[in-house]
Amino acid sequence: MKIHIKNGRLIDPQIGIDAKRDLFIAAGKVISIGNTPDGFAAKQVIDATGLIVCPGLVDLSARLREPGFEYKATLESELKAAVAGGITSLACPPDTEPVLDEPGLVEMLKHRARQLNLTHVYPLGALTRQLQGKHLTEMCELSEAGCVGFSQADIPIADTQVLWRALQYAATFGFTIWLRPEEVYLARGGVAHDGEVAARLGLNGIPSTAETLAIATILRLAKETGTKVHLCRLSTAEGVDMVRLAKKQGLAISCDIAATHLHLTEHDIGFFDAHCHLKPPLRTQRDMAALRAGLQDGTINAVCSDHTPVDDDSKLLPFAESEAGATGLELLLPLTLKWAQENKVDLSTAIERVTSAPAKILGIDAGHLAVGSDADVCMFDPDRYWQVEAKSLISQGKNTPFLGLELAGKVRHTLLQGHTVYLAP
Amino acid sequence: MVNPQLTKDGKLKHLLSIEGLPRAILDQILDTAESFVGVAEREVKKVPLLRGKTVCNIFFENSTRTRTTFEIAAKRLSADVLNLNVGTSSQAKGETILDTVNNLTAMHADMFVVRHSASGAAHFIARHAAPHIHVINAGDGRHAHPTQGLLDVFTVRRYKPQMHNLRVALVGDVLHSRVARSEIHALTILGVPEVRVIAPKTLLPEHVEKLGVQVYHDMRAGLKDVDVIMMLRLQNERMQGALLPSAQEYFKTYGLTQEKLALAKPDAIVMHPGPMNRGVEIDSSVADGNQSVILPQVTYGIAVRMAVMAILAGNS
Repeated sequence: MKIHIKNGRLIDPQIGIDAKRDLFIAAGKVISIGNTPDGFAAKQVIDATGLIVCPGLVDLSARLREPGFEYKATLESELKAAVAGGITSLACPPDTEPVLDEPGLVEMLKHRARQLNLTHVYPLGALTRQLQGKHLTEMCELSEAGCVGFSQADIPIADTQVLWRALQYAATFGFTIWLRPEEVYLARGGVAHDGEVAARLGLNGIPSTAETLAIATILRLAKETGTKVHLCRLSTAEGVDMVRLAKKQGLAISCDIAATHLHLTEHDIGFFDAHCHLKPPLRTQRDMAALRAGLQDGTINAVCSDHTPVDDDSKLLPFAESEAGATGLELLLPLTLKWAQENKVDLSTAIERVTSAPAKILGIDAGHLAVGSDADVCMFDPDRYWQVEAKSLISQGKNTPFLGLELAGKVRHTLLQGHTVYLAP
Repeated sequence: MVNPQLTKDGKLKHLLSIEGLPRAILDQILDTAESFVGVAEREVKKVPLLRGKTVCNIFFENSTRTRTTFEIAAKRLSADVLNLNVGTSSQAKGETILDTVNNLTAMHADMFVVRHSASGAAHFIARHAAPHIHVINAGDGRHAHPTQGLLDVFTVRRYKPQMHNLRVALVGDVLHSRVARSEIHALTILGVPEVRVIAPKTLLPEHVEKLGVQVYHDMRAGLKDVDVIMMLRLQNERMQGALLPSAQEYFKTYGLTQEKLALAKPDAIVMHPGPMNRGVEIDSSVADGNQSVILPQVTYGIAVRMAVMAILAGNS
């Protein structure tokens, strides 16, 4: 179908456009930017006056809860939430039930996602069987089945010999390894940053050293083995410094943070607010400032939703007993825009952090609207405020520390390969 | 941030933690407790303040002593008392905390006395309980044990009424102690100018100084010229991990002996929330010595708990 998106402000960081340009789409592909192609007769004209038109967002971490946790969320509910958040590509971690450690499971997930045809789903395979940190998975088979990388989700490998071998094996075939840096023993039993708030509330702490020690180990092993490593969900100022230095020394690493951590600190736990029970834990003001600065100067490549829908029963418990995680697909864009506005970051840079930058980490051709590419498009109103409420969220997960808050940035229209997958009511 | 234990007009609705309570409320509790101390000495040990009310002791974690003192306190106020050891019944059957709380609410209880092993459990229950119910925290994880903190400052006030002129030392496992946190808040709110904590680094939380205390690792230096010594209980399981090498070494470095007690002021008092580990954190000769006020603490505990219940019931 031929589509003409007119009067929008087109922002595409990868091809370097931030201007009022029309977009022309045919057969699911972008065929022209700015100039009407000869003989182009649009079947659908989308008036994007007052809207920003940008590549569909690419989210590096969204738990879709399928298979195994359908009572928390289903593929359908979460992919609908994704497109309502302007996300057209997403990576999902392997901590499902069963764990994504067999090609058949990956194929099934890809197949189910394709049938729904809402968002491109890129599974991350388990790095070790059952995520137990002992035996390697069949990475080549999993890669053929559609895994774009291998991860331990939130279960770090304690045995450094296994980690070393896993990285060596992955390096043999050029696979990217995704690791959330956390030293198992230092983090054991912890539920909050080991600081002032945990001391006051009597919560078990996770020290910042749990992160920095793990980063040091991973960076050293990545250097020794020459493996491409992606560090997930940084939370500490020192961690950002270590990554900055490693990149300066030429190591092939990238990293991301969760959008929640751009805006919250340990103090937001208040009187045991279980919505602020997150992994990694919310840390200090100083850490938050360093994450915001790191995202701005590019040390942190991308920001992701770290979408983790949790059912009410698992959150309605005392803080330490509640399940960690927050819903995030529909908040990724507004929370990124909020950061950009507060840190005086231009829109193009902000959009890069949720489109072309994460696409590069995934190694996929997405996150841009160059002529000939898939017409995965997000159109949003940057000035439109909306209130985060259980009923305003499409995701089955209603658990977020931002409940009740007003955020700017509302997605109006999302296209996947040229067909409408979301249209705001 | 709104303090969840106060009503809109600033009265005590629940007692969840000492932290953030205004001094006036602490004074009110302590003054009321003073008037209840005499009740135990009467022939009829009852006052009718809670007649017709049902107090429910919900203990998700076992504790005979604390539960008993709450039970006595409630009965002296003429309340009906319901004891529930949830640890051994409902939870084992998979019932959630909220289910338990809702069931007890349906039985028309008026007040919950709650103990739970998770920090924040009392806050959680207070947030989700029906609006007419008062919640008293009888200990939640490592977070708070406010009636213990109150009875401790009540004891201090009785022996050392000049609170604005005191030096108080807490000795031992502050990291795992809900009692220590409540004592520290109570002492600082009542204007004690110097509160010290004495412990090895493994038994102190990160940034403990932000609670307004001075940190000592050398017990002898820390006890110098103090008026009050509050010993903390050291649980046996702390010896099994990497926190401490042995009970013997702990007693040598942080146990209270006559010799170390002599470093404090000559009229210093010694306190302990119980149950004591004699020969681990405290020497028997100190625990039973003439500077010890450990048994009066227990007696005052009933008066303080009566005061808390009476004030909460009066704020309905």
